[in-house]
Amino acid sequence: MNQWWIAVIAIIVAPVIGGLLAGIDRKITARLQGRYGPPIIQPFYDFFKLLGKSRIATSRMQFVWIYGYLVFMITCVVFLVLKLDLLLLIFLLGFAGISFVLGGFSSKSPYSHFGANRELMQILAYEPVLLLMALGVYAQNGSFMISEIVKPGAAPLLPTLWPIFIAVLLVLTIKLRKSPFDLSTSHHGHQELVKGIMTEYSGPYYALITLTEWYEIVLVLGLVALFWANPLWLGIIIALAAFILELLIDNIAARMTVGWMVKFTWAVGLVLCVLNIAYLYLIKGVS
Amino acid sequence: MGIINTSRIKSPWIMHFDNSSCNGCDIEVLACLTPLYDVERFGIVNMGNPKHADVLVVTGPVNRRTARVLKNLYAQVPDPKMVIAVGTCACSGGVFHNCYNILGGVDKVIPVDVYVPGCAAKPEAIIDGVVLALQKLSKALGVAK
Repeated sequence: MNQWWIAVIAIIVAPVIGGLLAGIDRKITARLQGRYGPPIIQPFYDFFKLLGKSRIATSRMQFVWIYGYLVFMITCVVFLVLKLDLLLLIFLLGFAGISFVLGGFSSKSPYSHFGANRELMQILAYEPVLLLMALGVYAQNGSFMISEIVKPGAAPLLPTLWPIFIAVLLVLTIKLRKSPFDLSTSHHGHQELVKGIMTEYSGPYYALITLTEWYEIVLVLGLVALFWANPLWLGIIIALAAFILELLIDNIAARMTVGWMVKFTWAVGLVLCVLNIAYLYLIKGVS
Repeated sequence: MGIINTSRIKSPWIMHFDNSSCNGCDIEVLACLTPLYDVERFGIVNMGNPKHADVLVVTGPVNRRTARVLKNLYAQVPDPKMVIAVGTCACSGGVFHNCYNILGGVDKVIPVDVYVPGCAAKPEAIIDGVVLALQKLSKALGVAK
């Protein structure tokens, strides 16, 4: 019964936190560019305005996929707050990403197809890193359960898993759609691909994507916070510091190409992860 | 419904379309996004996609070629939507009004809510035009102010 309440509260509170973080993002970005910036609650205005717009459909199937994206993402957040299996959470996150890609492919717009292709490449770039993060946690704790990471008395992961932490920061840049990795779609007024994978969504369905992104922000920052889960407030501070770092990188970096992104995340991220896991097993001995 | 109507006033996303403008007004529209004017503080974001836009900002006189593009774009903007004609050419055809390929102002093709005259229209005038359009919308929706 208690678990149910935690899940319900997380489902209600997570988008509020995500929306506020998105508002802080826009404000800080504006300040870094020498502008005044919109109010912190601007994302909520955008969200409710989009809910009130008329529905224009280009393909029925894309709405099925967009609900899939939302539901899988909510499930991931529930997995995180109920401290369930980390490996399963990462597979569910993969399902969510694939739903979004299929939504992009289900309309005939070439911009949407371009965006969906690039989103697939992004998944190709970050998914192995996340998988190896789970393996690193297993190498350290001997369990994939998040409850083992956050249980009182458990040693924090960051001192031993810091190379994986750096790799996860790369994933954070991709997941938050920040430069240099904002390839499939972007939050800024860039217009190279119209709006990439989101081109064909309008009105309430675009609002659903916004909502899913808020859950996503909370989820990936929660994964970052797991690196210092005891005490958790230190982990949350680390996650917020990582978020501010992403905003800085977003504003000082230009957009790179898709091929460069995959090469870079694999060359840096995967190598760091594999070396980290190999080192852990070298110390402990393979059992 | 109250919160949705309030949000409509607080978050107008614009889409800018250039008919056959001399680019004078286009530069002034983009100048609104610079740090000096910074329209994002009112929640105004320049979208490249008509499906995400609320306000269609049109510059330049309509010619026979752009008329159907403009109609198409107008149809793609989801309701409720507004159209702002920026610059003298977009309002009436301007110096091009008698040309053989020019139909005239934007209102010859799609309904226009607000006219912003000027050659080129100043950024202050364009921001004024957007504010006027929002006031018109809030009156239509019955929101206070």
